[in-house]
Order: sequence, then C-alpha cells, then structure tokens
Amino acid sequence: ACAARASEITFELPDNAKQCFYEEIAQGTKCTLEFQVITGGHYDVDCRLEDPDGTVLYKEMKKQYDSFTFTASRNGTYKFCFSNEFSTFTHKTVYFDFQVGEDPPLFPSENRVTALTQMESACVSIHEALKSVIDYQTHFRLREAQGRSRAEDLNTRVAYWSIGEAIILLVVSIGQVFLLKSFFSDKRTTTTRVGS
Amino acid sequence: LALYFHSGEREEKCIIEDVPTDTLVIGNYKVQRWDIHKQEFLESAPGLGMFVTVTTPSAEVLLSKLYGPQGTFSFTSHQSGEHIICLQSNSTRFVAFAGSKLRIHLDIRVGEHFLDESALQAKDKVNEVNFRLEHLIEQIHHITKEQNYEREREEKFRKTSEETNSNILWWAIVQTLILISIGIWQIKSLRDFFISKKLV
Repeated sequence: ACAARASEITFELPDNAKQCFYEEIAQGTKCTLEFQVITGGHYDVDCRLEDPDGTVLYKEMKKQYDSFTFTASRNGTYKFCFSNEFSTFTHKTVYFDFQVGEDPPLFPSENRVTALTQMESACVSIHEALKSVIDYQTHFRLREAQGRSRAEDLNTRVAYWSIGEAIILLVVSIGQVFLLKSFFSDKRTTTTRVGS
Repeated sequence: LALYFHSGEREEKCIIEDVPTDTLVIGNYKVQRWDIHKQEFLESAPGLGMFVTVTTPSAEVLLSKLYGPQGTFSFTSHQSGEHIICLQSNSTRFVAFAGSKLRIHLDIRVGEHFLDESALQAKDKVNEVNFRLEHLIEQIHHITKEQNYEREREEKFRKTSEETNSNILWWAIVQTLILISIGIWQIKSLRDFFISKKLV
C-alpha cells in the first residue's frame, strides 16, 4: 500500500499562461483535487485533469472553486492544468490541494493482538477531528483572502474614480464658462469690423 | 517526491505560502534536466543546482541559498503573512537553447504536524500512545496559531471595508460641494460677463 500524499500549493498564474502539474499514481488509489482562485479579475480559472492515456477526467472553464474526487483506473502519470489563457491582463493566484490515497491508520492492525484500547480510539477520533478542523481553517483562510482582495480592490477603485470624477467636474465646468465667453467675444470683433 | 511541474531553464517559479508567525516550513525538491539526445529527463545532471529564495511579507529576503539538484530547505516565519518561495536554476546556458526544460519535483510541508513514522518504529506500545498524544498537541498548537493569524487578518479586512465606506461618503460630500460652488461661480461669472458686454 502506498503512503498517502497531499500537496497543496498556492501559486501565481500570469495572464495568458497555463501551468500544469503531474503526479504518478498507482491504480485503485482514491484521489481528490480541490482548487480555489484567491485573487485576480473575476476570480476564475480553467481547470483540466487528464489520465495517462490523455482522457479528460475533469474539465471546467472559468470556475472559482471546485472539488473533484476520482479513483485511478490505471497506473501512470496523471496531469492537471490551470489555464488563465482567456484573460488579457489580470494574473490570478490559484490554490490547489491534491490528495493521493487515504491516510494510513494511526495504530496499524498488523502487529496487534487486541482491539484498540480506549486511549487509542480516543487518539484516533481526536486526530480525525483535528484534521477536519485544519481543513476547515484552510478553506476559511482562502475565502477570507478572496474577500479581502475584493475589498481592497473596491477601496482603490472608489478612491481613483472619485478623484477622477472631481477633476473632470472641475475641468468641464470651468471649460464651459470660458468657451461660452469666447463665443461672445468673437461676435463682438466681427460686428466692429463690419461697422467700419 | 511525487508532484512535479515543468519550467524553462532560466525561469523562476514561485509559490506562495500564507503562514502564521513562528511556523516551520520545510521544502523538498528534486530537479531534472531534459536531455535533447536521449529525449528524456536525466536522472542526475552534474552541476545543476537551484537557487532557493524565500521572501517575507515585508519584502525582506529570509533565505537565499544555492542547493544541488536535490535538496531540502526550511525556514521559520518571523511574521505572519504571505511568504514567497522562489526556485530558479543556476543554469548558465542561454535561453535560446530550444526544447530545453526542467522538471521540478516539489513537496512543501507547513507546520510540524506531519507524522514522523521512523521515530515511531522504535517505540513500544505505551510510548506509542504518548507519541501520538504529543503529535495531537502539536496539531492543536498549529490550529491555535492559525486562529490568531485569522483574527489579525479579519481586523485588516474590517479596516479596509470601513475605510471604503468612509471614503465613499467623504468623496460624495466633496463632489456635491464642488458641484454647488462651481454652479454658483458659473452663473455669477456669466452674469458679470453679459453685463460687461451690455447684452443684459
């Protein structure tokens, strides 16, 4: 039985770029791919998961968050790619968590003669609970990062647009008055010339 | 070392780790170079090394070292926030070398809450439970650190939202005042102008 592995990586995906990751998986292993876009544009990315033959197991366009579980049907190198090729100038920060295989039991049953003691079962349940706490924490951290990123974007946009509007307002209204004055000034000079 | 990805010879690949303060981060990597002649990735390439650079959230460099084709690096965060781990090969070949790429295997572990199986083998049954309990306590400490970090971040988020709120209000008032005063100035200026030109 292979050891369970989990890789979680947060990386920046530049605009018009594609990043692929590969992993060798044994047949029959249950795997889970989970990803989330944290910052950038509309917070979406294309994701694609292929098996060693090139068959597409999972393909989604412009997704913000998803989780996909599959069982490896054959040995080989599985490949999953994140693509930001549809975006012209926003780069995205993408987080993914690729879990291969189940965790090994805390107290392996190979060298056991009796069932688990109460201490040991308590350990096992606490361990499971803490694992799920850590998992929830990670999800919460990502959602908070996403929300904060949007809030900071909003703040910057409000500031810039307000300054821009105030400047345009001043320029247009002062310009209007001078333009109007200039109409009347020209007429005056032509009338005088015609008169003489 | 399971997960891998490809990169250009001189390309710098960075990953982001958002960690609370006083957290140990350990990274394992292995790099292979693509051999044009054999059309496969070499098991070991002599002279090939990787520059590993770790930058803190305040843009200070925490770690910057050259390692071999296979190595382990680690650092402990002194600040909470996004640390950026960058890997770049020390290859001196020119980029124009077509078809040349690197395969980088990477494994990053955050916090010490992973099981150390080798230490377990030596223990007997009573100590096994002890060992597991220590590991659980380690996990709980990590969770507590993350929660403290979460509290910091939520505060920053709340400040940003409140700042946006007051910005909107402040700018709306400023714009209305500008509008009114400009309007008054316009009418006054035009009236004076027409009176001086004897049109009114």
